[in-house]
Amino acid sequence: MKAVIVGCGRVGAGLADALDRAGWQVLIIDRATAAFDRLPSTFGGTALRGDGTDEDVLRRAGAEGADLFLALTEGDNRNIMAAQLGIEALGAARTVAKINDPVRAEAYALLGIATLCRTNLMEREVLSFLGQAPGERPGIFLPANGHTHPLGAGETSATEG
Amino acid sequence: MFVLVVGGGKVGYYLAKELIDSGHECVLMEKDRARADTIRDEIGSVVIAQDGCEGKYLREAGANRADIVAAVTGDDEDNLVICQMSKHHFDVPRTIARVNNPKNERLFRHLGVDEIISPTRMILGSIEQDIPVHELLHLAALGEGELEIIEAHLQPGSPAIGRVATDLRVPSGCSLFGVIRNGAPTPLRSDTILAEGDKVIAIGRPDCEVELRQQLIGEQQDQ
Repeated sequence: MKAVIVGCGRVGAGLADALDRAGWQVLIIDRATAAFDRLPSTFGGTALRGDGTDEDVLRRAGAEGADLFLALTEGDNRNIMAAQLGIEALGAARTVAKINDPVRAEAYALLGIATLCRTNLMEREVLSFLGQAPGERPGIFLPANGHTHPLGAGETSATEG
Repeated sequence: MFVLVVGGGKVGYYLAKELIDSGHECVLMEKDRARADTIRDEIGSVVIAQDGCEGKYLREAGANRADIVAAVTGDDEDNLVICQMSKHHFDVPRTIARVNNPKNERLFRHLGVDEIISPTRMILGSIEQDIPVHELLHLAALGEGELEIIEAHLQPGSPAIGRVATDLRVPSGCSLFGVIRNGAPTPLRSDTILAEGDKVIAIGRPDCEVELRQQLIGEQQDQ
């Protein structure tokens, strides 16, 4: 199984390590080399410096056809764009984008991207820690209509040609 | 016409100013408060100091009744999100995005952005036109980017010189449709004989380029 992770922050590095240890082929990309210090010395995947919202960079890195594509940078919009590149241009089977703004997290789930909202996740955790009901807003929004042509924009796929 | 401009850099500022001067209704969103204040001093109270990527503020700015949303911030990913939120959440009929990385044009178009402006591509095109190389020039992309208009400048050594244009074996998916000779456009007829200095204009799929190059430019282009 092949995983591509854009953004080597704490979450990205942690998941890269976990998937690597579980036997996945992991490729992790970050704009700053220093970010890879978060990876343990035992990490057996590929760590590559580059812009994960640049289609050329992703292709050169061999990010095509991943089973899992995680967009986990600190920028909501960068994650949205990387995830859509993953789906539309690189043919990723499953894609998750971290979007901390709950409005955008929900909006993009409706457009077909699974989104992870740290704001909602933490809110739920804190409320449950306090023994209160976690509320309506989920921490993970699953796409409404699967991953095929999520935006219904064109008839041709960006992977063609 | 109500135009919502997002991004108050140089492009957004002059765009809003021009629109207002020509009598259109315009709102400009700029998330940097200091920059927004500066622009407000110049063009008046149409400036909103909020992030146009957030649905809440797009609504406050009137996105649901905008005829056009123009996303002209300096970041491609922000411009994409602004256009997508406008289109899918507020049913804005026409969205325009500025892109810096010309490679993003295709993705943006595919994701439903109506119009994509790439200053990088424009400047590149202008530079290519000024350099007398044997290359094919890309004049414009058509439709979903699947077709392009190409100009081939026939230099000495071109295998097409002296031949009847309609006899050339142009690749399928490609069509020659005119010649510019001594600065004047002329249609291609069955008796048009191509000459040195002609500029042949073709429309075709990008994947036809290699064959088209062989027919019109020859093999000398590897410098």
